[in-house]
Amino acid sequence: MPPLEALASPTMPAPAPQKSSTKCYHCGETCDRSLTEGSYYFCCEGCKFVYGLLKENGLCNYYDLSSTPGIKVKGRFASDKFAYLDNEEVIGKLIRFTDGKQSHLNFYLPQMHCASCIWLLENLHVIQPGVLYSKTNFGRKEIFIAFDPTATTLRKIVELLAFVGYEPHITFNDSEKKREKKVVRQQIYKIGVAGFAFSNIMMLSFPEYFSSGNIDEHYLERIFNYANLLLALPVFFYSANEFFISAWKGLRQKWLNIDAPIAVSILMTFSRSVYEILSGTGAGYLDSMCGIVLFMLVGRWFQNKTYDSFSFDRDYKSYFPLGVTVLKEDGTEEAKTISSLEKGDRILVRHNEMVPADALLVKGEGNIDYSFVSGENTPVARQKGDLIYAGARQLGGSMEMEVIKTVSQSYITQLWNNNDVFDGQKNKDKSFIHPWSRYFTAVLFTIAATAGVYWWVVNPANILPAVTAALIVACPCSLLLSATFTFGNMLRHFGKNKLYMKNASVIEALARVDTVIFDKTGTLTHSTKAAISFKGETLSKRELNLVYSLAKESTHPLSRMIKDYLLQTNHTEPLPVEYFKELPGKGLEAMIDGHYVRVGSASFVKGPSEEVSSAFTQVWIAIDGHCLGYYTLANSYRDGVREMAGNLQGDGYRVHVLSGDNSAERKNLQYLFGAQAPLLFNQSPQSKLDYIKELKDQKGLRVLMLGDGLNDAGALKQSNVGIAVSENTSQFTPASDAILDSSQVGLMDAFLRYARSGKRIVTASFIISILYNIVGLSFAVRAELSPMVAAILMPASSITIVAFVTIATSLSAKRKGLA
Amino acid sequence: MSVLVILIAISILVAGGFLAAFIWSVKKGQYDDDYTPSVRMLFDDNPDSTKS
Repeated sequence: MPPLEALASPTMPAPAPQKSSTKCYHCGETCDRSLTEGSYYFCCEGCKFVYGLLKENGLCNYYDLSSTPGIKVKGRFASDKFAYLDNEEVIGKLIRFTDGKQSHLNFYLPQMHCASCIWLLENLHVIQPGVLYSKTNFGRKEIFIAFDPTATTLRKIVELLAFVGYEPHITFNDSEKKREKKVVRQQIYKIGVAGFAFSNIMMLSFPEYFSSGNIDEHYLERIFNYANLLLALPVFFYSANEFFISAWKGLRQKWLNIDAPIAVSILMTFSRSVYEILSGTGAGYLDSMCGIVLFMLVGRWFQNKTYDSFSFDRDYKSYFPLGVTVLKEDGTEEAKTISSLEKGDRILVRHNEMVPADALLVKGEGNIDYSFVSGENTPVARQKGDLIYAGARQLGGSMEMEVIKTVSQSYITQLWNNNDVFDGQKNKDKSFIHPWSRYFTAVLFTIAATAGVYWWVVNPANILPAVTAALIVACPCSLLLSATFTFGNMLRHFGKNKLYMKNASVIEALARVDTVIFDKTGTLTHSTKAAISFKGETLSKRELNLVYSLAKESTHPLSRMIKDYLLQTNHTEPLPVEYFKELPGKGLEAMIDGHYVRVGSASFVKGPSEEVSSAFTQVWIAIDGHCLGYYTLANSYRDGVREMAGNLQGDGYRVHVLSGDNSAERKNLQYLFGAQAPLLFNQSPQSKLDYIKELKDQKGLRVLMLGDGLNDAGALKQSNVGIAVSENTSQFTPASDAILDSSQVGLMDAFLRYARSGKRIVTASFIISILYNIVGLSFAVRAELSPMVAAILMPASSITIVAFVTIATSLSAKRKGLA
Repeated sequence: MSVLVILIAISILVAGGFLAAFIWSVKKGQYDDDYTPSVRMLFDDNPDSTKS
């Protein structure tokens, strides 16, 4: 949740302290003090410009609501990046409603993170004339915008949003998912109806409870009973219908699902109550029935609410842009949707755009970032004629490409759709609750039948009351509630620690795992931080400033790491840069304050013959043609990896490491994981997948894989549990079962312990529920179950179970060291 | 005792009214977003008033 204290006391930010590095007033990034506006400092022109725009429109409240709420402006996007939004077909897909004067649309804005965001986004109309109003939903990170299509365009709105840092996540799916809201409301109606009926029936049943079944005025008794029946009708036919539907669907597939015993119980209670009331022989158990339905519905609602905050069902298409620029033969550009892209089309891919389909580079220089496909975030140079796979991101200039495969046939799509891997058969082992519920049903029927036989011999008049009462009182609802609430609560605790799971069955699968496999790059190591060291001549303050000024100009990850390193260690200051040139895959050069500075690869800085082979990334520097030395960027491991690995092995897990890199890190990894742990290097995505498959199929192990995004998509999906480790948890990785914030990798041992405790908690709550059932059944088989006993016993058991599991899961989380 | 019957009828009617109000509020979307409004009500009405 965002820092709300800031809202309560909107204090003016204190003047920046007097030291050479400070924080950007807009985005909070550490920066130098060269760019100012008023009394504030900015890290880049982009941030300063956004500040200027907001100030001009009187929107500076943005900075008062939370401190440094802005999102770093990542360079200027190409002017026609959003050109496809002028395409009628695209507009038609995105706009939900229009009458010519007003159009409505909804966007998912993953960057929304605090009260300031809400405030700015709801004041869009101040900046952009033509926007009528906008409304955010913080929980879903969505914005609803109503605008006048004659005064502004979809493209302008998206460009504004992107400019102020909230680039909408526009995908194919947006146009398809509109219906889920209705389902959620249906569920609330059902709870409302059940709650209404339950409380009123309870009230009308009080006379019955306290007079122990003998109300003096018989007409009143009949009125009470009929009123109860009337109130129970909507509960039976409306609120409870999903249990019947689900049970029926299960039966048709010859599968007794968890809803079946509930449906039987509700049906039985209702028919016996109707019979008793119509025949005037009793008051029935309608109060208990409505109670069950209400508790079950609340349990389901709670479950859905827990899942609501993550929408996991995104496929690879969510990652691709909607539109692409196609060059026609006469040289004109045209925006096309990706699905209509054909083989042989010439496309234009600009800076920071994704290549949507496998294509040949025809013109321009490629500087390709494959991090989406391979996890490797150092861009590689590609020349004319090279094949570039879908999913690659171009950095630097624009390039012309010829499509050789359509989107649905491209490499990444194939990896995705690989039937071998993505057949949806994952976690075939059903929840351990299912066998329980079947034992439960079997035992229950045996008890009921035994009671029936006994009374058939002793007193046939009691057969029906005893058998039906047994079925009524022994409702498996506490079984279901305990699992729902235990796992729901655990999901919340995992979420608090930034492990976001797809659903509750992931917890059970996690508890069964016996092998843990880590990917190295990005999972065990920092992907934006490296251990940097310098080798060569000692640099003077002035030389450091020169290098810093040059590195600052580039957005390349290596430049950024060096820039941050210099800023933090040496308090460098920028100098004016002229003739800046960035050569993709090679390095940077510029004239700075009268010196010619070059930073980049060895061959770039020292000359083409000087190719150095090293296990580590090196960045060489030269000033005025004199080579001064190089920076080594070594992997920097995340905190707590060694303790975690030790704990995991202590708990009996087998720990493996698969790395896509060479074996230079073997020593470090052996130190972290012990000499016995299998370490494999130079693994391709396919070989990782095969390795996991072999562990699973040949050795019968249950594998947990922690990997990085799409690179390990196949491996994540192949494993029993795949956890995607991500710097940015608002980006979902479809192949995974869970997403873990990369800073929390060191907590993996605690997560696994907590997952295992889940089963114990559920088992304990089952025992409580069985004790209640024994008490209830002891009344029932003697044919002495009064409506009052049922009405006390059933809600009491549900409430005890819910309270028990809620407290137990919270305590257990604390004991396992989770926040 | 027949006054009881009238009382019960009235009480159920009142409760029914509340049920109807509840369903209406859900339909109006009051339960769609249970967080943002709590922040929104703290904002100033007119952003231009803070123009510096």
